[in-house]
Amino acid sequence: MELRSTNKNQQSVFRHLDWTTIIIYAILVIMGAVSIYAASYDFDNASIFSFDEFSGKQIRWIGLSFVLGLVLLLIDARMYETYAYPIYTGLLLLLLVTIFIAPDIKGSRSWLVLGPMSLQPAEFAKFATALAMAKLFSGYNFTLNSKPSNYIKALLLFFIPILLILAQKETGSALVYLSLFFVLYREGMSGLILFAAICAVTFFVVAVKYTETTILGVPSGEFSVFILIMTIMVGMVGIYCKRPIIARNIFLWFVGTGIVVFILTLFEIRIPGLPYLIGATAVACLYCLIQMLRSQLKRMLVVVGFTVTAIGFLFSVNYVFNNVLQEHQQNRILVALGIKEDLRGAGYNVNQSKIAIGSGGFWGKGFLNGTQTKLKYVPEQHTDFIFCTVGEEHGFVGTTLTLLLFLILILRIIVIAERQPTAFGRVYAYCVASYLILHFVINIGMVIGLCPVIGIPLPFFSYGGSSLWGFTFLLFILLRIDASRREHLSY
Amino acid sequence: MRKDYRLEKRKYVICGFLITVALIYVIRLFNLQVCDDRYKDFADSNAFLRKAQYPSRGLIFDRNGELVVYNQPAYDVMMIPRDVQEFDTIDFCHTLNITREQFDKRLSDMKDRRINPGYSSYTPQKFITHLSAQDYGRLQEKLYRYPGFFIQKRILRQYNHISAANVLGNIREVSAKDIEKDDYYTSGDYCGDLGVEKSYEKYLRGHKGVEILIRDAHGRIQGKYEDGAHDVAPVSGRNLKLSIDIDLQQYAESLMVNKIGAVVAIEPKTGEILAMVSSPTYDPTMLVGRQRGANYRKLVNDRLHPLFDRALMAAYPPGSTFKPSQGLILLQEGIVNLSTSYPCHKGFISGGLRVGCHPHGSPIPLKPALQTSCNAYFCWGFKAMIDRRSKYGSSADAFEIWKNHLVSLGYGYRLGVDLPGESRGFIPNAKFYNKIYGEGRWSANTIISVSIGQGEILATPLQIANLCATIANRGWFITPHVVKEIQDTVMPDELLVQRHPSIDKKYFDEVAEGMRMAVTGGTCRLANLKDIEVCGKTGTAQNPHGKDHSAFMGFAPYKDPRIAVCVYVENAGFGATYGVPIGSLVIEKYLTKNISPERKYIEQRMLESNTIIYSGVKKH
Repeated sequence: MELRSTNKNQQSVFRHLDWTTIIIYAILVIMGAVSIYAASYDFDNASIFSFDEFSGKQIRWIGLSFVLGLVLLLIDARMYETYAYPIYTGLLLLLLVTIFIAPDIKGSRSWLVLGPMSLQPAEFAKFATALAMAKLFSGYNFTLNSKPSNYIKALLLFFIPILLILAQKETGSALVYLSLFFVLYREGMSGLILFAAICAVTFFVVAVKYTETTILGVPSGEFSVFILIMTIMVGMVGIYCKRPIIARNIFLWFVGTGIVVFILTLFEIRIPGLPYLIGATAVACLYCLIQMLRSQLKRMLVVVGFTVTAIGFLFSVNYVFNNVLQEHQQNRILVALGIKEDLRGAGYNVNQSKIAIGSGGFWGKGFLNGTQTKLKYVPEQHTDFIFCTVGEEHGFVGTTLTLLLFLILILRIIVIAERQPTAFGRVYAYCVASYLILHFVINIGMVIGLCPVIGIPLPFFSYGGSSLWGFTFLLFILLRIDASRREHLSY
Repeated sequence: MRKDYRLEKRKYVICGFLITVALIYVIRLFNLQVCDDRYKDFADSNAFLRKAQYPSRGLIFDRNGELVVYNQPAYDVMMIPRDVQEFDTIDFCHTLNITREQFDKRLSDMKDRRINPGYSSYTPQKFITHLSAQDYGRLQEKLYRYPGFFIQKRILRQYNHISAANVLGNIREVSAKDIEKDDYYTSGDYCGDLGVEKSYEKYLRGHKGVEILIRDAHGRIQGKYEDGAHDVAPVSGRNLKLSIDIDLQQYAESLMVNKIGAVVAIEPKTGEILAMVSSPTYDPTMLVGRQRGANYRKLVNDRLHPLFDRALMAAYPPGSTFKPSQGLILLQEGIVNLSTSYPCHKGFISGGLRVGCHPHGSPIPLKPALQTSCNAYFCWGFKAMIDRRSKYGSSADAFEIWKNHLVSLGYGYRLGVDLPGESRGFIPNAKFYNKIYGEGRWSANTIISVSIGQGEILATPLQIANLCATIANRGWFITPHVVKEIQDTVMPDELLVQRHPSIDKKYFDEVAEGMRMAVTGGTCRLANLKDIEVCGKTGTAQNPHGKDHSAFMGFAPYKDPRIAVCVYVENAGFGATYGVPIGSLVIEKYLTKNISPERKYIEQRMLESNTIIYSGVKKH
């Protein structure tokens, strides 16, 4: 009986597995291996199957991760829930131990050397933290907003690993855990907090970064921030205030005037950009206020307030940055953010990476024909900068395809999350999605020069067993939980 | 816990955020990869090292096939400052035969952007140029000890004869201006400077090849790009065969030692220049190799201006060598015929004006006037033409016709010799005198000195030689040129076609006869060779710089001429004292290959005499 039930259980696991996710996972992993092969390809001695090469090692890691995935699928889903805290505690201890016993590799103490292998516990702490978060939220009648101590519990769960990883001097990996704020948001944290934080960071970076070129006489950075503010305004009116018709009107107003300005520019009639942007936004705000008076919708006031604050923030950022801060202070910020083109120092990586990607063109140079990556112009090209190889050899087509695959994968995970009958499954799935979003946004953003250089890998692509295994753990536990979601329904 | 459907909607926010970022990234990628072409170039300049393959420069031969200029390899020590690691400086200096101080100086000069504006620690910099073969050999053996240093092969010129520097020119490193003008050049290339090296640069330089090498991020060469499929082999420069007879050139140069001036010898039938001397001259090997800079400065600062090619850059008053052209014009215009005689009472006296002459019979017709170089005859003739209002209307109109004849004879404009820097000389026109004297307020007497090649008239020795060649040909000439053949190339038409002055051929015979008489019984008797019928005309040109210039033009043999010569010696006195002997020696040397024993004393005198002392230039 026991045996038969297990068999049935296993059959149902594979029947209910989300094959879309697995296929995308497999495609990404294989593309990763191919890119690593291309990135470490040597013109003189080429051999795919030498396990000394990065690609050979990666193929071995991939093989093992498939086995690992299978094992994870065979474990009963309830085990993960039951042992969530013990796993979490165990990995916290491992992180702690690592600080003391890990050898110093380029200033970081995050690698555990086990014979021929070395592993990074920080990568595995991700799934443990996700399990612990899921376990916390699945507590009886637990909601984030019911008492303040619940916030503290949730924050503690991921700030402990952050502190331990920071102690290992792995700032990038630590940063990844901040993505769990997405989970908090999904589970009830006020959206405005998350939103305002994201906006402030984005506006600051965009406004400070693109000051060299101008659009309609406005620095591109400021111009872009304005476009963002306008987009956000439309979005807020539509989603936050639930007034799609007003949102549509504002949208048409922005797009309509934008098109007029664009056409006038084609006929060499120069419209001053800044007055246009401020004017258009002001008109939209006025419209919102009138709508608010008519419908007594307080949320409209929030939208207007947000928009005005955002524009104020934009100008004060520029003012403070350019007029209050001294030049060396500005430089320090720019270099820290990876914005300043310091071609010999930190900026070298980004510059070379942009050259590699930019030289790929539309169709790319072809497999193994990339000169920049082959000739080692891009540092860390098989790990953090692996996306360069895709960009150089497969061009715009390859990069867009890769972006699309990641997008589909993450959206699919969100779909999976929302179909979970339990808070455990949902929160766990959102943790996975959050990690992936942050890795994706930061890694690709850094390689194409839009984000500061923060050394975190591109999931499934970058060379390295720990990263691959870490994400395999995350994904296959999710798949296992998802596969048995129906069992809960039958309770 | 029950699912909170209010919160579920938040998935759209998260998805929206993700999709927005992805969209921004796609736009960014589109910009980087599709819109912006610069990154492709950046990538190529990163990865491809386009190494120039220098062709060998064309060789230069003289008219008899004697090798004059050839190539020798030279080696530049280059360094890429970034790649240099610690090395044994003392051993390095010892190998290169330089002192530690020179080494430090060279290094600091290289890094000084005022001296070396193209300095970059990433690109090859010239450390030492023109290594000798021995130093090269020594360094080559030890090069592996000095990472960051490498040797670049160059080509230097080498000369078989210390002669004809003004014709040959030399080569130098290209300047920023050259690179701007012609995108063939890149920094560090060589190009011709002066002489045929400059004017035939495009033929001599050949075509650079290129080798495309793949270079990794550390600057290490990883091999040839696609096994050299895109490489271009260098094409050697074309050889030149000069019309110069290097023996004659050297002989003429030796005669001009310690004199300032020029000798030009032309083969009349072809316009080929047989010898072209500018004195003082210089040793062409001075401008080769590491000492070029210092030597060049020395030559530029030399008070006798050896770099100034007097044969074609200097404009001198032609003096009496101008008279044959006057005879031609007067005959052509019908002002005189062979029997027209003018009086000469120790000169030309008219309207209170007096142009002196030396004693001879009076009155005399054209040929004896040429023979004795009578000033009065040509003054009268000129006056008769310019002031003949009945024929020309006004003096100005008559003068314009006179000027046009001279221009057709090659005066007043560049002849178009295939060497850089040719001067036009100067033949005034009527407008010129209208400006000075006012319209209608001048006549022949006002400007009478131009009739005897003085006054405003200026001509280059090359123009004078060309006139002589025109007379020798009895009425036509070919643009003088120094290059006879270009390897695998047809000579340009303008150096082959006959040019016909506006004077009838028959008049040239008369003038030639007059010049023959000057040799047999006139001013040029020293040029009267035993076996060769020489024709000539002396010139003694007054000038504001001191003693008269001594000039001579002549051709030989009288019938079927093979050489036409112009000699011009600054501040040397009468034409007969220096011009005639040097000119006749050049003619004799060319036609008979040696100097007859009874004329050895003239040769001796010319070789030993010094006229620089009369020039007023103090040599330090």
